Amino acid sequence: MITLNHYLAVAAVLFVIGLMGVIMRRNLLVIYMSLEMMLQAANLTFVAFARFNGRIDGQIFVFFVITVAAAEVAVGLALIVALYRLRQTTQVDALTTLKF
Amino acid sequence: MLFSPSGLAWWLLILPLLSAIATLVYLHRKPGSAIFASVGSAAVCFLIALAVTAGSVPEPQPLEWMSFPTLHIEVGMIFDSLSRGMLLVVTGVGLLVHIFSIGYMAHDKAKARFFGGLSIFMFSMTGIVLATNLIMLFFFWEGVGLSSYLLIGFWFTRESAAAAANKAFVCNRLADFGFMIGILLLWWLTGSVSIRTADLQAEFLHVAPSTTYHALATANPSTEPAPKNPLLIENGGVTEVSKTLALILVVSLFMGCMGKSAMFPFHVWLPDAMEGPTPVSALIHAATMVAAGVYMLCRVYPLLLLSPAGMWFIAFIGCFTAIFAALIAVQQNDIKRILAYSTLSQLGYMVMAVGCRGPAAAMFHLTTHAFFKALLFLAAGSVIHALSDEQDIWRMGGLWRKIPLTFVTFLLGMLALIGFPGFAGFFSKDLILAVAYSAHPAFFWVGAFTAFLTAFYMTRLVVVAFFGKARTEAAQHPHESGLVMTIPLIILAVLSVVGGFIGIGAFYHGWSVDQLRTTGLLPAGTEPVGLPELDFVRGTLVPLIMVFGGIGLAFVLYRGRDRDPLNIRVLRHKFYFDEFYDNSLVGGQQLFARFLGWIDDWVLEGMILRGSAYLSVGVGELLKLLQTGSLQTYAFVLSIGGALLIYFTLFAH
Repeated sequence: MITLNHYLAVAAVLFVIGLMGVIMRRNLLVIYMSLEMMLQAANLTFVAFARFNGRIDGQIFVFFVITVAAAEVAVGLALIVALYRLRQTTQVDALTTLKF
Repeated sequence: MLFSPSGLAWWLLILPLLSAIATLVYLHRKPGSAIFASVGSAAVCFLIALAVTAGSVPEPQPLEWMSFPTLHIEVGMIFDSLSRGMLLVVTGVGLLVHIFSIGYMAHDKAKARFFGGLSIFMFSMTGIVLATNLIMLFFFWEGVGLSSYLLIGFWFTRESAAAAANKAFVCNRLADFGFMIGILLLWWLTGSVSIRTADLQAEFLHVAPSTTYHALATANPSTEPAPKNPLLIENGGVTEVSKTLALILVVSLFMGCMGKSAMFPFHVWLPDAMEGPTPVSALIHAATMVAAGVYMLCRVYPLLLLSPAGMWFIAFIGCFTAIFAALIAVQQNDIKRILAYSTLSQLGYMVMAVGCRGPAAAMFHLTTHAFFKALLFLAAGSVIHALSDEQDIWRMGGLWRKIPLTFVTFLLGMLALIGFPGFAGFFSKDLILAVAYSAHPAFFWVGAFTAFLTAFYMTRLVVVAFFGKARTEAAQHPHESGLVMTIPLIILAVLSVVGGFIGIGAFYHGWSVDQLRTTGLLPAGTEPVGLPELDFVRGTLVPLIMVFGGIGLAFVLYRGRDRDPLNIRVLRHKFYFDEFYDNSLVGGQQLFARFLGWIDDWVLEGMILRGSAYLSVGVGELLKLLQTGSLQTYAFVLSIGGALLIYFTLFAH
């Protein structure tokens, strides 16, 4: 029997993997994908709660999240491309202009 | 209101004020109009003063100035014999000096400013004379201080004049601080600052609880009995005046007089004030303003009587100043400085007379002194004018033949000053000596010796400046002053001659008796004591010996001399008081100022101002280390923060 807790555990694992990716990977594109993973972990919890509480609002909210995420990906990728054109790199170590 | 007969008196204050404002604001480019406004206002004021003295102008209704639950201050006028007499002196001598100034200042470019200053002075001095309470008096008191400052520093491009103006102002400021304490003390003790004679009686001398305490008691019914007047102490069932408080009160009120009348520790400003134009010296620094201190003492005379110790103090300071200044005058060479020290000495006489319970004698001498000292200064001004600004008597000589009118008037003023028999000073000085003798013989002898010195140095001045042969080129060809300058001289000379026997002394004696009667110090039914008189030896012989001794000695010593045969260093240096003050007071103050400067540099500016700047810079330097620029560090810290936030909101309770 798969309970709510199983779903939540999977979501938590996904979230932590995403977070670790954001913190530890050096390539901007990978960091970006990790971010998306964290987003999906959140979506998973929404859907799981909606299913187990017998309510539909969580599932509807996930649609919104996906829509916004799609738009965000478009903007984000565009920024990364622009950045790459400017600096010829996507490694975060090189992007330290804001340091004093 | 102002145009009815009862409001006529207000014009005494309004006219000079208008003239001063108009002169200083509009007319400074039109000297002619300024002179017209100033002299005109002085003339009209003199006419009103005549009407006041004749009794045809009623005392105006007082106006309310400020009103608090415990203090009412009005702007009013007292018309009693004291203020009438003084008013006549102030406006009369003032008018003559105004007229004289037209001639004396004819060649000065800043005439308008000069006459504006004179108008401020006339406004303030009239206010002092007529004031009904000490706050109003103090306001005008500062007004004369201001005009004195402006006029001493009239030639402000000359450094010594600017310094003298500052010195006068600072000396007066110091003394006025004491005066202010006295006024506040009087208010604290009695709840009133009125100096109307009747108020002095009702609220002070007769042990009645004052209005303050009434007001406090009714406003605050929960407090049980009204607080006691701290001036009054119970002593074995008898209520009497606290000696200490009375002494403090008298001495601090006297402080005001010490500054304005340049009594002993504060005397240093008056000789330096001679840097101002000579008419100013005559009007402000000889005849009227410096006498305001004496006038004020006479006004509050019943208060002074509360403290016998205070009276002794006043008499002692007066007596000391009289002989001290006379000694210095013996060795001065500047004609105006000799007269200035003589003024100090005569003011000492007046203050001594007040301290010896003779306010009438003091006022008598004040009046005659106003005549002959104004005359002496104006005549000296005429001499200075004639010699094109020469003030050293050793650079004059033989003037009597060339400027006879000035010489004769100066001589008459000098005879009046030294108390030559028959002249004004003879009577008033004798009265003061009699009063002094009744207080203590020592005062009489010091006063008599001062009279000897006065005769000596004035004769020295006349002999050196007017007789002998001319010692400089300028003294060869002096030119007599015009009518506008000589007519005031003649009028004042006449007054100096007749001032002694036209009943001024009796006039003020009548006022003095009235004052004592009103305040209850002289109970009804008792016969007032007449003016004191001395026996033949002390009253006639001693003064005559002193006067003729002084004249004779000076003649013997100085006739035909071109250089001063005496050279007494300590007197020439004025007992080293300027040096002493420079080293002790001024030096000490400089030290203190440097200490304050150090505090300013290091504590205020160093620690607080620059310190706070350094602190924020330092904190910034530390915090900028946190800005690594690494995106992932930020992300990590952000996530830690988020985790902590969730932990604290959900689990930590």
